[in-house]
Amino acid sequence: MNFWLILRLAIRSLSRNPGRSLLTALGIIIGIAAVIAVIAVGQGASSALRNQISSMGSNLLVIFPGSSQAGGFRGGAGTQQNLTQEDSEAIQRETHHLVALSPVVRGGAQSIFRENNWATSLQGVNPDYLRVRNWDLQEGDNFTEADIRSGTRVCLLGNTVAEQLSPGESLVGKSIRIRNMPFWVLGVLAPKGSTAWGQDQDDVIVLPWTTLRRTLQNSRFNNFSQIIISLDSLDNLDAVRAEISALLRQRHRIATGADDDFTITDMTEITQTITQVSTLMTLLLTVIASISLVVGGIGIMNIMLVSVTERTREIGLRLAVGARRRDLLLQFLVESMVLSGIGGLIGMGVGVGAALVVARTNNWPVLISTHSILIAFIFSAGVGIFFGFYPAWRAARLDPIESLRRE
Amino acid sequence: MLIRLENISKYYLMGDQKIPALNGIHLEIAQGDFVAIMGASGSGKSTLLNLLGCLDRPSEGCYRLDEQEVSQLNADALAALRNRKIGFVFQNFNLLARTSALENVELPLYYTPGFTAAERRRRAIELLTRLGLKDRFHHYPNQLSGGQQQRVAIARALVNRPPLILADEPTGNLDSRAGTEIMTLFRELNAEGITLVMVTHEPDIAAYARRTIHMRDGVIQ
Ligand SMILES: Nc1ncnc2c1ncn2[C@@H]1O[C@H](COP(=O)(O)OP(=O)(O)OP(=O)(O)O)[C@@H](O)[C@H]1O
Ligand SMILES: [Mg+2]
Repeated sequence: MNFWLILRLAIRSLSRNPGRSLLTALGIIIGIAAVIAVIAVGQGASSALRNQISSMGSNLLVIFPGSSQAGGFRGGAGTQQNLTQEDSEAIQRETHHLVALSPVVRGGAQSIFRENNWATSLQGVNPDYLRVRNWDLQEGDNFTEADIRSGTRVCLLGNTVAEQLSPGESLVGKSIRIRNMPFWVLGVLAPKGSTAWGQDQDDVIVLPWTTLRRTLQNSRFNNFSQIIISLDSLDNLDAVRAEISALLRQRHRIATGADDDFTITDMTEITQTITQVSTLMTLLLTVIASISLVVGGIGIMNIMLVSVTERTREIGLRLAVGARRRDLLLQFLVESMVLSGIGGLIGMGVGVGAALVVARTNNWPVLISTHSILIAFIFSAGVGIFFGFYPAWRAARLDPIESLRRE
Repeated sequence: MLIRLENISKYYLMGDQKIPALNGIHLEIAQGDFVAIMGASGSGKSTLLNLLGCLDRPSEGCYRLDEQEVSQLNADALAALRNRKIGFVFQNFNLLARTSALENVELPLYYTPGFTAAERRRRAIELLTRLGLKDRFHHYPNQLSGGQQQRVAIARALVNRPPLILADEPTGNLDSRAGTEIMTLFRELNAEGITLVMVTHEPDIAAYARRTIHMRDGVIQ
């Protein structure tokens, strides 16, 4: 008998008992649906996280000033005011692999346009900031070095701020008020979405750092909250960190063996952690899904054993009319394979549906890889073969005379 | 000679007890013969028929079917032999439930290499038509009378055109009219040259055969 014939006969024999076949396949259906959905959801979630991280800029280095130290008391990171414009210029000048660098001075203020007002955070930076953050302008233009030098009252609005101050109407070329001082809006930034921890990156006003320091904060100091740097490649991350560290230690005259008075952080740690967590989640859920597949397989084995017992006389008859033992082995093996294969197909449908729903409700990208579908199908067929083998072997081992005599 | 049994014995082992079912049987059946086997219950008739049908191997002795020694053949070779040379008819018909008459008749051909679906179907239609079941092709066994079921079973036994038909009490579950029909059919088949060996308890059924063998306690009398 060729394989297609056996397959046809198996399908016919299973369709004689459609209700039972479906119930038998239910375990596999659930198992495969779980595998597909879990992998799709897991991959969707982690890619959503990755997108958010890369929206912040993945090959970024951020330098914070160190903690202040006074007579044994140490403040938190950033409490010291030792990250200066000179440091920034030195790094810009002497470090390799830099793409762009910008100082950041943080602040906050109420912004007002006509009858609307909105409390938001201020980022005092230089024109390169947008390049560092890989951030585009939705409309309008960036400010320039000249604006930095003269501390012009100009600003760029984050998308949320623009939306809040003037819904549906462009603010470019108009004047808004920040702390009751008029500021010229040069541009509106493209939306960037939330960070991985849910902070709205578009709720910000970007302006020249000199303007923020001098005009809004009334400060004559040239120190920064942070310096943010983008690199040409993540591969050079460690080298650049070392270079900057050595440079700042030298500039700040830190003795060998003493602690840094600054901190350099990068995004790789966060990326790694998130990847680890999502890998772990996927692994865990896959284990659960696999267990349900095994349970489904045992269900198939159980019903196939019942079926072999019920069809003992059929088996005896087939042997009498010339079936070889391997024909019977194959017949029952193919039956359980078809059972679990069809279960697998239905399960795929259910799983893809579930994944779509979950992805839709969470706004994740839908990632149903052919890879995971293939794995699921091979798995379900494999479950059929593995758990179908024992019943099939039992069938093939029956004695024709005894089987024919069975009532 | 189609069948030649020499000194055939068959024991069943029950624990360490040896239960003899056949004791040194000698039997020759020529091509074209029609033999009825009679005897008391437990005399070994079915055991003998199963041996003839290559469903079982003798404990001792030598069995030549169609000039071929079969008592030493392996299981696959015996299966092929049953498929080509032997048709079985059972007391309880042994048709596959929820399977049409046509498909039941086709069954042995699934295990014969080289048959296409069309050829299988053609042969089954031909035989069922011949056995008067022309308008019962797609009936399931439970939609047929006992006599009709047995005729489907006979069509199945004939489908591979074997030289030998073995029947264990083929009329045992039928009323006398249906039994007579089956026997008339057997006579016809025999007239075409098919060899038949049939176990029966009823003398008037045995009367249809060319000769009758009587068994007692595992020997032929
Ligand atoms: N599988 C078996 N195990 C043990 N003993 C068996 C087995 N099959 C048959 N026997 C014994 O062999 C003997 C012959 O049995 P067999 O079935 O051939 O009798 P029979 O002539 O067909 O009887 P009946 O007319 O009742 O069908 C009996 O004594 C029976 O108990
Ligand atoms: Mg008997």
